[in-house]
Amino acid sequence: MPKKTIKSFDVEWLQILDEEGNCDEHIRPLLTDREIRKLYEWMVLARSVDERAFKLQREGRIGTYAPILGQEAVQVGSAYALQPSDWLFPSYRETGAYLVRGLPLKLIYLYWSGDERGGQIPEGHNDFPITIPVGTQIPIAVGAAWAAKTKGDRIAVIVYFGDGATSKGDFHEGLNFAGIFSLPIVFLCQNNQWAISMPLQRQTGAQSLAQKAIAYGFGGIQVDGNDVFAVYKAAQEALDRARKGGGPTLIECVTYRMSDHTTADDSTRYRDPEEVQTWRAKDPILRLKKYMEKKGLWDPSYGEQVISEALAQVEAAVREFEAMPPPDPRDIFRYTFQEMPADLLQQMKRFLEEREGSEG
Amino acid sequence: MANLNVVQAVNLALRQEMAKDPRLVLLGEDVGRNGGVFRATEGLLAQFGEGRVVDTPLSESAIVGVAIGMAAYGLIPVAEIQFQGFIYGAMEQLISHAARIRTRSRGRYHCPLVVRTPYGGGIHAPEHHSESMEALFVHTPGLKVVVPSTPYETKGLLISAIRDPDPVIFLEPAKVYRAIKEEVPEDEYSIPLGVARVALEGSDVTLIAWGAMLQPALRAAQLVQEKGVRAEVIDLRTLSPFDTEMVIESVKKTKRVVIVHEAPRTCGLGAELVARINEEALLYLEAPVERVTGFDTVIPFPKMEHYYLPNAQRVVRAIERVMGF
Repeated sequence: MPKKTIKSFDVEWLQILDEEGNCDEHIRPLLTDREIRKLYEWMVLARSVDERAFKLQREGRIGTYAPILGQEAVQVGSAYALQPSDWLFPSYRETGAYLVRGLPLKLIYLYWSGDERGGQIPEGHNDFPITIPVGTQIPIAVGAAWAAKTKGDRIAVIVYFGDGATSKGDFHEGLNFAGIFSLPIVFLCQNNQWAISMPLQRQTGAQSLAQKAIAYGFGGIQVDGNDVFAVYKAAQEALDRARKGGGPTLIECVTYRMSDHTTADDSTRYRDPEEVQTWRAKDPILRLKKYMEKKGLWDPSYGEQVISEALAQVEAAVREFEAMPPPDPRDIFRYTFQEMPADLLQQMKRFLEEREGSEG
Repeated sequence: MANLNVVQAVNLALRQEMAKDPRLVLLGEDVGRNGGVFRATEGLLAQFGEGRVVDTPLSESAIVGVAIGMAAYGLIPVAEIQFQGFIYGAMEQLISHAARIRTRSRGRYHCPLVVRTPYGGGIHAPEHHSESMEALFVHTPGLKVVVPSTPYETKGLLISAIRDPDPVIFLEPAKVYRAIKEEVPEDEYSIPLGVARVALEGSDVTLIAWGAMLQPALRAAQLVQEKGVRAEVIDLRTLSPFDTEMVIESVKKTKRVVIVHEAPRTCGLGAELVARINEEALLYLEAPVERVTGFDTVIPFPKMEHYYLPNAQRVVRAIERVMGF
């Protein structure tokens, strides 16, 4: 019997806005000038928040922080395509997405200052708190998507993770489950090329991460993650498909972690500075600015105004979070169960008594 | 009132709670069409449909992870892991998320999830089917751990576990699944979590056991009674948080204690019970607390598991040691 091909596939690559700010207007998503400016403003705010967080860490005012520098387009472009009724499950490098979702900025600083109150997502926001164990948020997001589908809610779920997460079992188990039940979910991979010191080549032997979707029975697309138009368009289409019952999509956004893994990391130990330099030229904000300039949507005074407004917001949030009263030590115990068991209550009482004796 | 075994009691509790609360969803491997490998979910797919009873892929971490997401979205998932020995793939979801989402989100999200899983030896099954690693769950802050010992207990405790707002690991003693039948009311009742029960009243020695170990403890109590020793048997029921008060009360009365569990000895729940007894009733004790447990070994394959599992004779010897101290 002759061999035959039972499956062949292509992986699409989407770029709309190149490094010089040239735009393929035929495929550009339908965005008003005002919306384009909004995307730019969110990205500038995200960068300002990020830069300030880095400085706050160096000044000892917050703890370890995971920077998003260079990944603003992935986060802003994808979150901008969400409806408030959609659900968002982050990893730990989605500061930009959180901002677009309207999470109070002070919570972001509070969280990274080592205060659990920063994880208390306000009621009415369908966002999950930061998830640190890599990839473990994926099955949880799939569960929310299953519940939404079964209840007949016309919403979508988006779950963020990095290239490193695609090596984890939970990535496989989550995507597999979503494919089987054709769930309303978008798997958004921020492929920033590095998982701490390990490059993409140590996470996969495949030519792309997007193609992994094929094995789970749904579509995957690779997108220029520093092109906010491409990210927005891919996310918009995938979310729309999910809401209409068309099942999941994997979007691989090719971007670059311009900073260290976290403030506790030193990427000069394992990365060629020239590589970082080549990515600097692909900066997502610079690229959109070039485009906007050509379109008459950007001039220096607008640029300055955007930055000063972003900085003012950041300053206000820093003031607000630093003015928070210290957390109540009883909170350590209070949220373990809805009702505190007797033995835990005993532990808390003993702790409070002893604390009174020492620190007052 | 019907004469039911543990499997049937599980089924009845699930059926009644599902009929009552449309948020309740079952998921797991083979739970739908096949009714579960032990038939605990038999007939539920037919009664409630695929939106309520989900046959999942063979994917333990996804089963628990998906259940957490369902709970976050407002459902009440009851997940089945086919054997406790297969739960380890889902431990990260249990420990890192189910047990702490309430803390991490400062109460914004919580996880009213039940994970049912058969545990324990004595069923002549292949490797990994006989584990009794309850201490792993007890050691995880944020998880509740419940182990029923009889059909009546099973229904009442499972209903409480389902209604509990926090994640509950519900360990079903596989050895007892069809070994005991008793009257189980059709009517609704529940048994509160965190409250132990005195399965047999006595005055000379306290035996503490749970799940499948309740039976050898009761038999041992019977055997020593012939020699004039009146043993009190406590069925702990909830292992986390456990009922310190009832344990201490009994210890103060009898002044002698034997703890029986089939889990490995070191850092088993028996060790914590001893510590708690020492903290609160040391001066009442007439003898060191005895533990009758599995060994710090892998539980043997079926040909030798009877050497490993505590039985009435071993419990009797331990009672004799504490009485003769």
